[in-house]
Amino acid sequence: MGLVEPKSHTFPGPFKLACGRVLDEYTLVYETYGTLNADRSNGVLICHALSGHHHAAGYHSLDDKRPGWWDSYIGSGKPIDTNKFYVVAVNNLGGCHGSTGPASINPATGKPWGPDFPPLRARDWVHSQAQLADHLGIEQWAAVVGGSLGGMQAMRWALEYPERLRHCVVIASAMKLSAQNIAFNETARQAITSDPDFRDGRYLEEETLPRHGLAVARMIGHITYLSDDGLGKKFGRELRSGTFEQGVEELVEFQVQSYLRYQGDSFSSSFDPNTYILMTRALDYFDLAREYDHDPVKAFAHARCKFLLVSFTSDWRFAPERSREIADALMHANKAVTYAEVESAMGHDAFLLPNARYENIFAAYMNNVAAEQNNGGGDVA
Amino acid sequence: MLRKDLDIIHNWIAPKTRVLDLGCGDGALLQRLGREKQVSGYGLEIDPEQIQRCVERGVNVVEQNLDQGLGNFGDHSFDTVVMTQALQTLRFPHLVVDEMLRVGRECIITFPNFGQWKARWHLAFSGRMPVSDLLPYEWYDTPNIHFCTFRDFEVLCRQHNWQILHRQVVSESTTAGLLKDFLPNLFGETAIYHLTR
Repeated sequence: MGLVEPKSHTFPGPFKLACGRVLDEYTLVYETYGTLNADRSNGVLICHALSGHHHAAGYHSLDDKRPGWWDSYIGSGKPIDTNKFYVVAVNNLGGCHGSTGPASINPATGKPWGPDFPPLRARDWVHSQAQLADHLGIEQWAAVVGGSLGGMQAMRWALEYPERLRHCVVIASAMKLSAQNIAFNETARQAITSDPDFRDGRYLEEETLPRHGLAVARMIGHITYLSDDGLGKKFGRELRSGTFEQGVEELVEFQVQSYLRYQGDSFSSSFDPNTYILMTRALDYFDLAREYDHDPVKAFAHARCKFLLVSFTSDWRFAPERSREIADALMHANKAVTYAEVESAMGHDAFLLPNARYENIFAAYMNNVAAEQNNGGGDVA
Repeated sequence: MLRKDLDIIHNWIAPKTRVLDLGCGDGALLQRLGREKQVSGYGLEIDPEQIQRCVERGVNVVEQNLDQGLGNFGDHSFDTVVMTQALQTLRFPHLVVDEMLRVGRECIITFPNFGQWKARWHLAFSGRMPVSDLLPYEWYDTPNIHFCTFRDFEVLCRQHNWQILHRQVVSESTTAGLLKDFLPNLFGETAIYHLTR
């Protein structure tokens, strides 16, 4: 895919949130790839993960070094084929890439929302994405697709709007986070809030930025998104500088240290700390079956779409076991489901990276989704 | 799976029932049952290439290792649990059959007959483990680790009080096709058993 351009739309409120508060209006920034067909049946919604945004594929300018975050999987001839689908990628509400969020101006005060921005849940995103679908004239998505936190949104779509999607693709996700997962998120939040420049979240007003805290938060996250094996293969104990030689006092720096610092620094110059806190909280809060007597089978009984689930063997943050739980619940609920456990040493990040088996399964599944359309499909199962 | 096996299993499964296919291969059986008999269900498979074929066919396939059991399925959650040509690859075949009859009201199992005359001939006269078109592996690299004959299997059924609803013996060649009706354990290549408790 070549150059793409973000669009935005402001939705008039009132928009009631799960926490009980109401937004008077909100803006969503999004990108679209491909062409909406005549009966508006080929829409595919991409739900992003913790640090994602609307720029999922293609380039914004010829000078961009890297394409959108899921360019390996969205584009002409790729699993989500833009010759067949009209792909919509949105920056979630509460995000920091143009959609209304903690860095936006609170109309009530004229100052940035900061820590006063309402806490959000996956269902708030799903409801706002449904309003975007209305705006685009998409009554029913061919598929709602997401990895990690994006997969949680895709599952929530299947329960909240069962008539509005035919397929739900859930990659490297879970029905709820484990205690260990919440612990990592809390450590990341503590790194941000304990930075002296955090100023109780009012850093924009006070013209500071808890850059260092956010960088540490990202470093913690990054380690957990990779596997021991993956990090070992990539860096081993290679040195970037210094020496172990006895008699020479020159501290060593391992390659992995400078890599992590680079990851942290580049992230902290492009992401809003309050958004990071908001997104990790939404992750922690998510529990697919909470409102269904904590019974995932009962929850999925409401779904009418078909499901594709994929997990990765070395992913320990969203382990294959979590995806197997989803598959089991779907089978108990008698829903159509396909589940593949893909071999990868890349940890949780595998869902973003090229991988032949993952691509083949994903492409074959989406190919059938597209074929249904041509056969006049449009009914949910 | 051979066409004949598929036809027989297809006949034994009632329309609009729920089927679990263990080691479902490329999903051909489930696809046909879905199209012709409105049967719903899932295939379990661990071979990535076979899983890919299933996805291409639009068959519901779940990656799961049968050696880890069927503990994720409830009692009698399926009408029929099918397992074709996989019994001999399992670590504990008898436990899996027991599980199949817990998860399904009935089960259908096919396996190659190690008592077939060719296998007996091969072992008796060459003194080496049989290698055939149907089982083209050497002893050291074969996924088939628990061979049995029809007679062996029926002894197992008796010991566990599994009731044999139907048995059909399949053979490729026509001469053997006639002889297998008289001496199935000697001339049958594949057995298809339909069991219940």
